[in-house]
This record gives sequence, structure tokens and C-alpha cells, in this order.
Amino acid sequence: MDFLNPVINGFAVVLEPMNLLYCLIGVVIGMLIGVLPGLGPAATIAILLPLTYNVEPVTAIIMLAGIFYGAQYGGTITSVLLKLPGEASSVVTVFDGYQMAKQGKAGTALGLAAIGSFIGGTASIIGLTFLAPLVASFALDFGPAEYSALALLGILLVATISSGSKTKALIAAAIGLLLATVGRDVFTGESRFTFGSLELADGIDFVPIAMGIFGLGEILYNLEERHRAAKAPSTVSNVWPSRGDLKQASGAIGRGSVLGFFLGILPGGGATIASMASYAMEKKRAKQPERFGKGAPEGVAGPETANNAAATSSFIPLLTLGIPANATMALMFGALLIQGVTPGPQLVDENPDLFWGVVNSMYIGNILLLIMSLPLVGIFVKILRVRAAILAPVTALITLLGAYTINNSMFDVTLVVVFGIVGYVMKKFGFEPGPLVLAFVLGSLLESSLRRSLLVFNGDPLGFFSRPISATLLIVFVLVAVLPGIRSMLAKRKGSSLEETAPVQLKEKV
Amino acid sequence: MIPVNVTPPVPAGGGSHAVAPSGGDASGPLPDGDLDELTPEQLAAQWEEEKPPAAGALANMASSLVVLGLGIGSLVLSVAMGLGTPAAPQPGLWPFIISCVMVALGLFQLIIGRHNRDAEKFTRMSMAPLTGLVTLALMVALMPAIGFELPALALCIVWMRFLGGETWRSTLLVSAIVVASFYGIFVLALNASIPHLF
Repeated sequence: MDFLNPVINGFAVVLEPMNLLYCLIGVVIGMLIGVLPGLGPAATIAILLPLTYNVEPVTAIIMLAGIFYGAQYGGTITSVLLKLPGEASSVVTVFDGYQMAKQGKAGTALGLAAIGSFIGGTASIIGLTFLAPLVASFALDFGPAEYSALALLGILLVATISSGSKTKALIAAAIGLLLATVGRDVFTGESRFTFGSLELADGIDFVPIAMGIFGLGEILYNLEERHRAAKAPSTVSNVWPSRGDLKQASGAIGRGSVLGFFLGILPGGGATIASMASYAMEKKRAKQPERFGKGAPEGVAGPETANNAAATSSFIPLLTLGIPANATMALMFGALLIQGVTPGPQLVDENPDLFWGVVNSMYIGNILLLIMSLPLVGIFVKILRVRAAILAPVTALITLLGAYTINNSMFDVTLVVVFGIVGYVMKKFGFEPGPLVLAFVLGSLLESSLRRSLLVFNGDPLGFFSRPISATLLIVFVLVAVLPGIRSMLAKRKGSSLEETAPVQLKEKV
Repeated sequence: MIPVNVTPPVPAGGGSHAVAPSGGDASGPLPDGDLDELTPEQLAAQWEEEKPPAAGALANMASSLVVLGLGIGSLVLSVAMGLGTPAAPQPGLWPFIISCVMVALGLFQLIIGRHNRDAEKFTRMSMAPLTGLVTLALMVALMPAIGFELPALALCIVWMRFLGGETWRSTLLVSAIVVASFYGIFVLALNASIPHLF
């Protein structure tokens, strides 16, 4: 059982009291910020990134995993109690969760969500433990050509799977790639797009971009978006689901775990798709589908399990290939880079402590989440009763002062505000901020591997098709890029006879 | 269709409601019972309706033009940096490729996507983020000179009183507590080198 040795060593790392403490702090703070209406996991992690500075890499990542889980569950709490999904992946939880809350079973809904999340997450980590080393060993042969193809495909998939207009998402990705070129060119040392600014000579840091676009942009956007009239119930009781509820939900939890794990590995909004697929599947399988939308426990347990399982398994492409599968993973990627850790196939072998520390910290994060969420739901409900008018300036100040502490520089704070404006304006005009951040993170990797592979191929772009893996990835890339265009063309042709439907389809496909 | 809960344009999601956890408590006279009966489809329709009004073709055109402008600007700059050949690229080649993609996407969006309805209109409520931005910018400008305490206090007061519609009493009380606790955390406990007055 040589294979399991590093896994067990990883547990030793995680169980150090210091790391446990940081994981706990992460879960609690993640939940605290995550329950703020409108702030999903990406925003929460972005705002809290400065917290992970000045701690050891393993500890920092363990804390980040904690924040991630806490923020994820925080979104569930607002879905159930306020009918306000914190992020896209808990939208479907609202349908039955809020109904359960209305029937006085808010506690049961939250309890089921916590237990489902725990089981889904844990199952997913076990899957990850066995699958990740396999994927990594396969990816060890990847050269620059494969990495360029993979990064291109990853960016394209995230942009096309996003909810808004695909063209706009791609534009956002292009802006992200362009931002990544600011600063010194790695190959020639020449400055690009610095406009003579010394501060820009080393390029733009990832953290101000993430904090600005995800954090401050989101806060500004929420200032405008009046929250739908929502009242938190004063008390939430019966957090422990009854045996009957559990029995009713157990099938949904089991199916959600498997579904979520597999959907999470795919690039693009894994958790969101997983939760929706699980809801649809549960509704289809149910003997009385009409119960759904009226407080069916499976309607909460299934999607919540699936989204947590998917959120966990989306760590696989990040940790084994070094390609983040969605915007939240892009933040994790950035956080790892800051710690001097480059996720990729060599991570398992070269840095087993760190790799297994991260993986095993997820078990701990999950367990802590379960332990914390059930008894502490009452406290979170109290936080929900604090008015957004008070929470908004507090989070804004945390973001600004946090940004200052990274490098003790006002320039970073200025960047955060500038990117906050960019994030707000982007959201206003229907540009998804996620692809920008993801593309920014992958930008320098993409450029350097493109240039390296072109060197290898003597400048012949067709060289990418001479290697089987990069060729396959690029063919998939072309298919993904071209298919929607063809489909919308066909739709338009059909639409010329049916003019009523054409604009609708156009809106969906463009 | 059940009367949905359309939010009136209250400035900055205000309304100093005592229990509403967030601003804009708009349900007002609507009995809670109505909300109970919403099916997922109706709920989605309600969210759709509560979204700010969509901006017209002009906004879409403007954003496409901005994208085009950005693309052309970086195109010119990257050509100036030198392109080189694929075998021996100069620093400008990669930004050049991205700029080309951006210009193409911008044109595509300008022509095909001009009827998209995903942009939001700037309404009276957009004054709230604008005010917020001004306070943030002022804070960035003033922090190095007079420390973070007074700008932070001003920011809290503006956001709570004018953007959030809190009462003066709770605004002042909470702002003072917030700034004091930030001072405690960042200056006293973490010993961070944030510029501070006291």
C-alpha cells in the first residue's frame, strides 16, 4: 500500500493543531461573509485573500479550502431563509428550500443541506484521492503544446458555459488575456502596456484584480440591486432532520454525490450544472413530481449534495493539470501561485505533503462544516437580520484595508477600486466577470507555452496537430467554438419564416 | 398570474425598515401569503421582473464600441512593439493576436448582438453605486494623507445614512463602532502598517 502512505502523511499535516485552527477560522469567516446576500464563494474568497498572506503555504491553502466550504454553505443559508441564492449553484435550492422554510421546516432544510453537502463532498474527496494521481501521471507527458491547447479549451469552455451572452463572455476573456500581458515580457524583458508606470512594470497582481472585480464590483452592484423583500425568520429550530426526512432524502443524496462528482470534473460551471441536473433528475424520478416546488426534501438534499460534490471534484483539473475549471477555482489557482505553488501534474510527486494536505483538509473542512453549521444556524440567522445597509460599508472597508495589507501599498488599493469599477460596469452591461479573471490567471501560462511550442515547431502553427493530445483538444476547441454559430445560423434560417421566435433564439445563442 | 412583487425605485434600496435584513423592503402591503404559493417557474418569472430594466440597443452598441476601441488601441500598441515571426516572436505578437480576436468579437457583438437584452439600464438607483464609488475614491485619495479613520468613518456614514436609509442615530453609533473595531483589528491586533491618524 505504498500509494496510501503519502495520503496518511497528509492527514498528519492537516491534523496539526495550527492547521486545524486555520481551517476552523476559514470555515467560520467563509460562512460569515458567504451569508451576506449577493456575495457568493468567488466574492468571499476574493475579499478574504489577504488573510492567507503571511501564513505557510499548506496552512494558507487549508484555510482557503475552509473559506470555500463555508462560503458555499453560506449561500445555501440565504437560499433557504431569504429566497436569495448567494450564487448560481444554489438557485435551485430556493425552490424547495424556501417552501420548507415557509412551512416552518427551515431547520430541516438546512440540516439536510448540510448533511447532503457533507456526504457529497466526502464521496467526492474519496474519488479525488484515487483519480487525481492517475490524471496527474497521465498529464506528466504534457508538453507546452498540450498546455496551450488545454488552456485555450478551458477558457473557451468557461466562457461558453457562462449564463449570459457568449460573445460578451469571450470578450471578457480576451480582456483578461490582455491584462495578463501587462508588464515585462518573460522572453525578451521588454515592457508591455506599462505606459511608463514603474508599478506596472512587474505586471498586475492577481489579487487586486480578483478583489476588485469579484469583491468590490459585487458590493457596488448590490448597492443598486434592491434586494427582494426578504425577512429572515427569527428562530430556526429542528436542525436535525427526522429519520423520515433522511430516509426520503437518502436516495437523492446518493445520486447527487455521483452526478456531482462527474459533472464537477468537466470545465465550466460544474457546481451550477450539477445542482440543476440533480434537481431535474430528482423531479423526474419522484413518484409524485408535483411535490417539487412545494417543499420536497429531495429538492433540497439532491442539488445541495451535487453542488458540493462538484465543487470538490472541480479541484481535480486544478490540482492535476493546473487548469482551473471555473472562476472560483481560478481564485484558488491565484492563491496557490501567490504561495509559490504551481499546481500541475508534478505537484503530487514533488510536493506530496502539500498535495495531500490540501486534499485531506477538505475532509476536515467538510466535517467542520457539518459540526459548525448545525448548531450555529441560529447565529447565522441573527447575522441575516443585520441590515445590508450596515454590512455593505463593512465589507467594502474590509476589502480596501485588506488590499492595503498585501504589500502595504496604496497602489494596490487604487487598483482594487479601479477594478471594482470595471467589475461593476461589466455586470451592468452583461459581461460576465468570471471569464476575465480565469483568462487573466491562465494568460501567462498560455502565452509562454504557445511561444515555447511554436519554437519547437519552428513557427509552424500546424505543429499543434502533429501531437495526438493537443490535436484532439484543439479539435474539441474548434467544435465548441463553431457549433453555436452553426446552430444559430440554422435557427436564423428557420427564424426567417417564424419571425416571432428568431430574436429569442438569437439572444440565447449569440 | 399572482401579483408579483415589483420593487418601486426607492433610492438606493433604502427604506429604514426595522426588520428587513436588507434594504428595499418593497413587499409593503403585499401579504406574505402570496409569496408562499409561487412555483419555481413563477419565482423565476418574478426574479426576471425584479431585474433592473434592460438597456436598449444604444448601450449594447456603446459597450461594443468600447471593446472595439480597446482592441484597436492594443492592436496599434502591439504592432508598435514589433510582431516578429511565429518562429521568432517579438513581444507584440501575442497581444496582437488577442487584440485581433477582440476586434473580431467586438465587431460581431456590434452587428449581431445589438439586440441582446442583457445589459441593464442606468436608473436613478445607479446613483447609489456612483456615490459609493466617489466615497471609495475619496478614501483612497485621503488615506495616505490623514490616515484611514476619518475617511472610513465618512464612508460608513454616507453608505449607511444616504445609501442604506438608516436612521442618524444608528448610523453614527454603528459607524463609530465599525471604525473603532477596524482600528482595533488592523492597528492594535495585527500591527498592520495602514496609515492611521491616531
